[in-house]
Amino acid sequence: MTSESADAEVAEPRITGYLGGPARISTRFTFWLGVSTLIGFAAVAALGLLAAPADDVQGDAVRIIFVHVPSALGAYAAFAVTAAGSLMWLWRRSLWWDTAAHAAAEVGVLLCGLTLVTGMLWGRPTWGTYWEWGDVRLVTTLILFLVMVGYLSVRALGGDSASVATRAAVVGLIGAVNIPIVNRSVTWWANRTLHQESSLTDGKLEDLTLFTLVLAFVVCAMAILWMMIHRFRVGWLERQISDRDLSEALRARRAEVRQ
Amino acid sequence: MTFWRDLKFFVGDAALVASKDLRIEWRARSAFGQSWPFAALVLVLFGFAFDANRPTLELATPGLLAMTMLFVAVVTVQRSVAVESADGARRMLLLSGMAPAAAFAGKSAAVAVQLLIVLVLLIPGVAVLYGASVESVPLVAATGVAAALGLATAGSLLGAVVAGVRTQQAVLSVLLLPVSAPVLVAASRAFGDGFGTVAVNGWSWVGLLLAFAAVNAALGASVYGALLEET
Repeated sequence: MTSESADAEVAEPRITGYLGGPARISTRFTFWLGVSTLIGFAAVAALGLLAAPADDVQGDAVRIIFVHVPSALGAYAAFAVTAAGSLMWLWRRSLWWDTAAHAAAEVGVLLCGLTLVTGMLWGRPTWGTYWEWGDVRLVTTLILFLVMVGYLSVRALGGDSASVATRAAVVGLIGAVNIPIVNRSVTWWANRTLHQESSLTDGKLEDLTLFTLVLAFVVCAMAILWMMIHRFRVGWLERQISDRDLSEALRARRAEVRQ
Repeated sequence: MTFWRDLKFFVGDAALVASKDLRIEWRARSAFGQSWPFAALVLVLFGFAFDANRPTLELATPGLLAMTMLFVAVVTVQRSVAVESADGARRMLLLSGMAPAAAFAGKSAAVAVQLLIVLVLLIPGVAVLYGASVESVPLVAATGVAAALGLATAGSLLGAVVAGVRTQQAVLSVLLLPVSAPVLVAASRAFGDGFGTVAVNGWSWVGLLLAFAAVNAALGASVYGALLEET
């Protein structure tokens, strides 16, 4: 093989557009999505803190529901995307899905941590304790959080991207097994929890509280989408830069050999 | 007929890997030097941690037993991964033409056997040190087998995930301990019924342990080949 043909093989990878992945982090769509999300957060804060009525039993503490429940469901959704991405990596070797799985895991860990913190803050005035070991949902959520932190640890191990993706995909699937356990734990272990049944389906919420909660779900979904799109694009560009660095190093080395 | 022939090969290959791993452990005497002293040490340290309060220890025996099994599982799986990582053994395993699922089953079986041996030694230990007594031998035995299978399948799967990584021991602990939490919860409850310290239906918890082992076995059998090839 001539040095010219070798050079051609390691030609500088192009930063590609949407068909080959994103070319940049921000677009007009994500800009307006971000602006809409911020406005939505302001609306939820105004409705949740000022307009929605306090609970007869829990008082003002009930307002944490507007952060706690959407972040919990958002974490499940993000981890479900991680599981789907992990499965697609193992099945199709799709880098796109692997990058999406990584992005979703980071967002999911953030939301799961927020769920645990807001849950503890809510538990103190309501149950009289920040942490209750007898509550199955609390404990299983912590386990889910720790498993997904393990997923991110595996991501940080280093090595070639295919190897890291395969290792992480297996941990992502193991973590996914925990999602239905956490979600259904209140029903399965009804005598081992302080958590209430689903607030949305029991029909006990005031109209304005219900409206604010649904709005909080929508805004939380928009925030998750915004974060995942940005993290995905950063991850995709990181891969392209890493490939380009390798190509440049190979080209420089071959130029040295020729001299 | 093809199914039975495939099954025969699968069982034969799995038995080959399991016996290979167990022979290596036997010849290295690693159980004498690592797992067994470690298990005994954990039991003794729990005694100190509970301020040598015998009634409390007796009450906590099921949980402490499950916890000790979990800690020993981490050590045993680390050893199992180390054996497979040395001298390119993983590559040789891949080149042997053996079904990866059979190799996974064999490695899991070897870890499970080692955990069961530790459990058999631990039960007299908790009887002597903590004053615990077994009320239902079949339940304790079934719990031990189901918990060992669950820990072995999850451990072998995660062991393959971290194989070849410089910090594999630390990462394996970070992954295996939370993933094995269902085993800890279920085994504690089932052992509790077996030792007569809690009034629950221990057999339903044994079912959960077997379900956990089945999920991990299915996942491990599906992805072990990819892990061997790419890590």
